[in-house]
Amino acid sequence: MSIKNKLILLSLLCLGLLAFFLLFDLPTNWTYAFEKRSIKIAAMIMVACCVAYSSVVFQTLTANRILTPSIMGFESVYVLIQTVIVFLYGDKTFTAVNDKENFFLSILMMLGFALLLFRFLFRKEKSNLYLLLLIGLVLGTLFRTLSSFLQLIIDPNEFLMLQGSMFASFNSINLELFWYALAIMLLCFVLGFRGFRNLDLVILGRENAISLGLDYFKTVRLYLILISVLVAVSTALVGPITFFGILVTNLTYELFKTYKHAILIPACCLVSCLALFCGQLVVEHVFNFNSTISVIINFVGGLYFMVLLLKVKKV
Amino acid sequence: MIQIESLSKNFAEKKVLKEVSLSIPNGKITSLVGSNGAGKSTLLGIISRILEPDQGAIIISEKNIKEYKNRILAQHLSILKQSNHINLKLTVRDLVSFGRFPYSQGRLTAEDELKIDEAIAFLNLTEIAEDYIDELSGGQRQRAFLAMVVAQDTDYILLDEPLNNLDMKHSVQIMKILKELCQQKGKTIVMVIHDINFASYYSDYIAAMKGGQVIHFDKTENIIEPHILHDVFDIHFEIIERGGRRICNYYDN
Repeated sequence: MSIKNKLILLSLLCLGLLAFFLLFDLPTNWTYAFEKRSIKIAAMIMVACCVAYSSVVFQTLTANRILTPSIMGFESVYVLIQTVIVFLYGDKTFTAVNDKENFFLSILMMLGFALLLFRFLFRKEKSNLYLLLLIGLVLGTLFRTLSSFLQLIIDPNEFLMLQGSMFASFNSINLELFWYALAIMLLCFVLGFRGFRNLDLVILGRENAISLGLDYFKTVRLYLILISVLVAVSTALVGPITFFGILVTNLTYELFKTYKHAILIPACCLVSCLALFCGQLVVEHVFNFNSTISVIINFVGGLYFMVLLLKVKKV
Repeated sequence: MIQIESLSKNFAEKKVLKEVSLSIPNGKITSLVGSNGAGKSTLLGIISRILEPDQGAIIISEKNIKEYKNRILAQHLSILKQSNHINLKLTVRDLVSFGRFPYSQGRLTAEDELKIDEAIAFLNLTEIAEDYIDELSGGQRQRAFLAMVVAQDTDYILLDEPLNNLDMKHSVQIMKILKELCQQKGKTIVMVIHDINFASYYSDYIAAMKGGQVIHFDKTENIIEPHILHDVFDIHFEIIERGGRRICNYYDN
């Protein structure tokens, strides 16, 4: 099957599932449900695209297929912020910090964390991406441990409040925040779109890319920042979905054996939408909302991750 | 001409290059030789703007390389480093096509296609043009990367240990191709090479480095002398001359 046909098939599958979500079992008084569902689906598409874009680009920059941006500790920063907020305000959390403040605070903190890392570790001459990742990983662990510690000493009722924000969920999207997130995401996509061909060069490695006239440092810096913004936005909107990135990028590489980012990135967006739709379908119609999509995705993604590791070992 | 003007480079406290100045002639093969840590690769890296010097300048075609736009410089100067591991699904032809990036930014024109075919043919890769890079042998892969450089069609080609990990047959093959590039297409080739006999047999000029400085630079026949080589490498060389070519025996040290 040609790449074009595969893309068309994926799009049709996505549209089919989308229609199913939108129209299945629609009550007679349909406007309210229709609106609710539209927001949910729009949010799913948005998060899918954020994760797809950031994961593919991240794997290109770091020349590997197993790491995703979450390794840099973004999600643990998010969990820490949520924990600290609940720790500080206790049962008054929702009156003290509203959704919007929380959303922007989370984005700012995650970006601040990323930019600090870049500022200290990613310089022109010594642009050692692996050191950057390692420090991110270590700090991520530190934040996670801090969070666990705080979670341990807060009131169990307050912990339940916190738990809601620690798993991704599309069932309670705030519409206003959705528009902000969409605007930021579109901006990132547009900024990054022109450089897809430069990304193709990045896979040849730093020296070859420079030899072919690419400003390697600027390109990598631009995309690292775009990735940080995208991950921050999607995490702040729905919560962390750790294994999702690995799952969809590798499925995309398997399906589309190409190095061209102009194909890989849109293809990965489609695969991600499809995966999220399927996951949500399982949540709604198999588990009757008794589970969250994070759990499903982490389960399937985790299994796939192990398969990948075994496969790598064989080679 | 590549003009190197009092280049210095430190890594932390260590001085890797100390005020190196050199003029590399056009249309010739120049080899950089010297012991490990003499600064050869660093020098090559700075000439190719992969590394930045702490001091000094590189002048190419009478213009400082800092004043070139990246894209334009990539039409004049290319570098091939030693290790190239790519585990992506990339065919030989895809790889060679990247060589045209400085000209067309990824949108290949008819002229680009022509240059790509030419480069593939020049390196005898026509039969494996659609094979994936990660499935090739070391010699084939090195040729594929060289083909990319040929497609880039720059006046100056820098190579960092082009014979690394190649057997004798493939080493000779690569060197012959470089010689042809130089003679037929008038390219200027600068390479770091460890095998003194390959340097002696194939290069026109040799720059010998030691302790971050170029201590000898001359035509090959003036460098391949026992006392000069001893000065560079601190070991004894026996020079054997056959039909105007000089081969070094340094195995009895």
